[in-house]
Amino acid sequence: MLQKQVEIILMRQLASYLTLPVFVVDPEGNLLYYNASAEPLLGRQFDEAGEMPIREWSTIFAPVDERGAPLPPDALPLAIALQKRRPAYRRIRITGLDGVPRELEVVAFPLEGQGRRFLGAVAIFYSVNAR
Amino acid sequence: MRITLWGTRGSLPSAGPETVRYGGNTSCVEVRGRSHALLVLDAGTGIRRLGGTVDPGVTRIHILLTHLHMDHIQGLGFFAPLYRDGVEVHVYGPRSTTQDLRTRLTRYLSPPLFPVRLRDLPSRPHLHDVPLSRFEVDEFTITCELVAHPGPTVGYRITDGGGTLAYMPDHEPALGVPRFPLDAAWTSGYELAQRADLLIHDSQYTMPEYVEHVGWGHSAIDHAIAFARLARVRRLVMFHHDPGHSDAMLDRLLAEAGNAGPFPFELVSGIEGMQFEI
Repeated sequence: MLQKQVEIILMRQLASYLTLPVFVVDPEGNLLYYNASAEPLLGRQFDEAGEMPIREWSTIFAPVDERGAPLPPDALPLAIALQKRRPAYRRIRITGLDGVPRELEVVAFPLEGQGRRFLGAVAIFYSVNAR
Repeated sequence: MRITLWGTRGSLPSAGPETVRYGGNTSCVEVRGRSHALLVLDAGTGIRRLGGTVDPGVTRIHILLTHLHMDHIQGLGFFAPLYRDGVEVHVYGPRSTTQDLRTRLTRYLSPPLFPVRLRDLPSRPHLHDVPLSRFEVDEFTITCELVAHPGPTVGYRITDGGGTLAYMPDHEPALGVPRFPLDAAWTSGYELAQRADLLIHDSQYTMPEYVEHVGWGHSAIDHAIAFARLARVRRLVMFHHDPGHSDAMLDRLLAEAGNAGPFPFELVSGIEGMQFEI
């Protein structure tokens, strides 16, 4: 067990109070947390899904672009935020863990702490279907 | 190592007849190693009295600041060894995301807030942006990590190969947690504190007071106890007492906290002058 960095802990605390769906990953892209607001979009409670390696979450939601073409993991905003350490945006479609397809706008940004410690990245989702 | 509390009060020095026993000086703790190496944890007003006890033969002192809130640096300019030529003083503290420790500390140790400039101190102290990692100082191994408190703030874990001291005078690990504690991996400060022989931890508030001060960066006594239990420490020293808490109230709070026991650790309320050997 490794204790999370305090910025990640505080990010989770903040996310747990937001109605905006938030998804937090570590520097390797492994899922650390998503908040209750993200659960309806992803189709499963975080307590059930738990932490998840990047190879799992980047494919389990079957992301495709607006034309329906499969998106490789590297094309996802979170992957760009992790690899290029800059914010990224994209509209994508996923299939939730409940089997329901959803169209999402995704903004992701890297988390960099003091001393240029790279801590991971955060994605914020907006459900286009909810408009 | 031998640990002496020179200042146990939080936020503001609180001199007066109602605080004379627990003390009114703000955070300062002396740590002496087996070979008499000297570490000073924080430079609150308690550091002035400590300075008067430092033997003139001491040639090297390390001051570890947890953060730069006033109650943790206010005594620095009154620490007598800083005015001795030939004493090697190293000051460690967190940088911000934009400024190093020297720039940040100079805002206080310069006019108009203080008449003597940092650069004019005879000892010419060496300032270090404290690494957020493990490092060696004399006979001590020190681990430093950021902890939950407004602004850049660290906690320290100090070991001399025998005992382990964890020091988190300003810490709000319960911030935003509906039922504290969460599991250890999601608890600020856990790795610094785990299985420490002595944990000196923020215990500023009662629970009703905490509810009125969520996000101010401090812990309720109940939180400190829950944190100590989670970290499986051997002894918890309640520290950073609220300036409004009198001796009588601190006695009562300790008794009430003890009534919620038994705990798998010894519970102590920090008093100026108190010493521990670990």
